[in-house]
Amino acid sequence: MTTEIEPAGALGADLTARVPEDLRARLATAAEAAGVLDVAYRWVDSPLGPLLVAATTEGVVRVAFDREGHEAVLAELAARVSPRVLRAPRRLDPVTRQLDEYFAGDRRSFEVPVDLRLARGFRRTVLEHLRTIPYGSVESYAAVASASGSPAAVRAAGTACATNPVPVLVPCHRVVRSDGSLGRYLGGVEVKAALLALEGRRESG
Amino acid sequence: MVMARPFEALVDEHGAVVLRVVRALLGPADAEDAWAETFLAALEAYPRLRPGGNVRGWLVTIAHHIAVDHLRAAARRAEPSGDVPERAATGPGSGADAVADRDPQLWAALAVLPFKQRAAVAYHHVAGLPYAEVGPLIGSSEVAARRAAADGIARLRSTYREGAAS
Repeated sequence: MTTEIEPAGALGADLTARVPEDLRARLATAAEAAGVLDVAYRWVDSPLGPLLVAATTEGVVRVAFDREGHEAVLAELAARVSPRVLRAPRRLDPVTRQLDEYFAGDRRSFEVPVDLRLARGFRRTVLEHLRTIPYGSVESYAAVASASGSPAAVRAAGTACATNPVPVLVPCHRVVRSDGSLGRYLGGVEVKAALLALEGRRESG
Repeated sequence: MVMARPFEALVDEHGAVVLRVVRALLGPADAEDAWAETFLAALEAYPRLRPGGNVRGWLVTIAHHIAVDHLRAAARRAEPSGDVPERAATGPGSGADAVADRDPQLWAALAVLPFKQRAAVAYHHVAGLPYAEVGPLIGSSEVAARRAAADGIARLRSTYREGAAS
């Protein structure tokens, strides 16, 4: 081990310094232009706390609540979609604007492409159906199972809702128990109640 | 099984080091271009990188090839020769770079080192690569890489101190 001398020390200084934001933005722009930005993500502030929103070139592939854990969500995207995951806000501009409008009560439906590749088979069928439940309406898990073609698969319909990769955009919060109680929600039952309240409903917890 | 990490984590972990490496190789004026090219090339190749490999060494290798390309292009503009020029394509830039602003003498001193010395200093002292990895990168043995870095630091020490004392 050589003793540290001034020039080497100065060269190695500030290794914890961060790369300037404008340079990172430049990388994101170049990656998009080169077609190698497989997953772009950003944080979106919301009344429900920060949401991590991620999109492939096909559409929004993931909306995650803070409690799901930033690193875990990005690791899941790297493993299941592509490791080419980069914080790159621009691809998320339209969905960010629409989420802002939704939370302000100025938007009742989302007009951005959604990429449901993280859900397969029956779960995906359920999610496709959820997208048809109108703003401010609710359906029971049993009704969702029937509408998805498997009336007996009530539990599986519940699992599909609980594992929805794009909550809020695919409105699993509009599915409640047959007795009118809320049921579970990935973002927490209080978040489910808040979303339904936003849409003008007062369901019992 | 080792899972591939999201590329963003590599930018967080190694971005600042790679930026200092390309500054040392090219000077602050060209560093941001080379940094962006390095990480774009890395992102493109990332799915083919063996999980669990030496990520910093891999990134520095990409940065090295890009820096050499920059220097060759600068040399072609200056004179019709394909060799890597001994001097950096650009000296320390004015403004733009916070580190250069704080310590312009260091970057000026680096810019006049022969390329192999500059690269050996950057890869070992800035990026922290062992000489066994630095050698192949600069086309030298481990022993020669160690000597190039030592010579570079010795020369930096003298020019840097002169500059700092003035």
